[in-house]
Amino acid sequence: MATISQSSPRSPAETKPEVVPVQRAPSVLELIGNTPMLEVRKVTAGMLRPGVRVFAKLEGFNPGGSVKDRPARKMVEVGLERGELRPGKVIIDSTSGNTGIALAMVGAVLGYPVELVMASNVSRERKKIIEAFGAKPIFSDPMEGSDGAIRVCRRIIEENPERYFKPDQYNNEANSLAHLETTGPEVWRQTSGRITHFVAGIGTGGTIMGTGRYLKLRNPGVKLIAVEPDDPMHGLEGLKHMASSIVPGIYHEELLDAKMQVSTEDAYEMVYALGQVEGVLVGQSAGAAMVAALRVARTLKEGCVVTVFPDFGDKYLSTNLWIGWQQWRRERLQKIVGKWNASTSVTT
Amino acid sequence: MQVRVRVPTPLRRFTGGQDEVAAEGESVRSVIEDLERRHPGLKERLLDDKGELRRFVNIYLNGDDIRFLDQLNSQVKDGDDISIVPAIAGGN
Repeated sequence: MATISQSSPRSPAETKPEVVPVQRAPSVLELIGNTPMLEVRKVTAGMLRPGVRVFAKLEGFNPGGSVKDRPARKMVEVGLERGELRPGKVIIDSTSGNTGIALAMVGAVLGYPVELVMASNVSRERKKIIEAFGAKPIFSDPMEGSDGAIRVCRRIIEENPERYFKPDQYNNEANSLAHLETTGPEVWRQTSGRITHFVAGIGTGGTIMGTGRYLKLRNPGVKLIAVEPDDPMHGLEGLKHMASSIVPGIYHEELLDAKMQVSTEDAYEMVYALGQVEGVLVGQSAGAAMVAALRVARTLKEGCVVTVFPDFGDKYLSTNLWIGWQQWRRERLQKIVGKWNASTSVTT
Repeated sequence: MQVRVRVPTPLRRFTGGQDEVAAEGESVRSVIEDLERRHPGLKERLLDDKGELRRFVNIYLNGDDIRFLDQLNSQVKDGDDISIVPAIAGGN
């Protein structure tokens, strides 16, 4: 992996990025962050005014494969600093996947056992990856979703509270702090401070809260737009429909400028487009983020829209994401692109 | 044919909070039509505009994914168990 440094303070389009090989790292944990940013040009071609650009942070470049490496490392670090995690304890949490993978990786590096509660219908690849890192998966009822996993995790801890350290990504401010300290400064630097809109999906809310806070500190005019599924019954793994969910303690809606709802179908079709047109194979939450980012960018006369692609798509190849995609291939791309714009709605 | 249908959390707002409801029909599709009569709003969450099963919805008939049976035309018998399962674990 390499990091990209900006050689001049001009706009991202004008800046010629200088690729610098990463230093030798004594631990994989030090390779977390400093992910590259991609200008999404082909999917947006002909749809934006000349002064508008859309960029995506490719969080799949993190060593654990997702954006969740950042909060996992930070939550464990803070736990160690506070003495809440110490030798003999087990790291446990409820997770729909990527946080589990990240915690499993961090636990492996630091030598702490990890147990993860997840609904049994998370993708097969995720379960295997978690086990490959040496962590123990515990399965909850798929009918109860992620909230069911949260409840099972609570019960396990109540039975033996001294045994466990629970990072609790939904209520641990270290989650959003990780983004305030890393994702935010990276976005600011990679856009040379030109960012006008930050668009990110909400699962725990950590990404948009932490990154958003940093960006607002640097420029209060930066708009924060959160992306959520358009219905409680959806297929966007990792994202939460807030109105029907247990609202995470770290999620502070008042920080947002707008919320945008995206349908599962539109997000899936964007995933197909990103793979076949842009050459980037991502997960469904990235598809949703891109639909929303495009929707925002279409309304601007000029601006720099940044979104986050939380992971790559290789973990989802066996999931429902790819049901019916051949049908998509037969349809005209522009027709679908038109639908993305028409069918997403914005609430403030 | 009377069947039992297990309902996931995000759809229980249509069933008055019940996690299991009764329905009748000869096939999975007709069971869904009956569910819509008893619990309006359910069908739209399960089927798309063309009347096909939404990609992110899985339906199991006695534990078997209907995509590997006869899809929505899968025949049901008295006492069968149908489970509606979201294709993901997060977000609900």
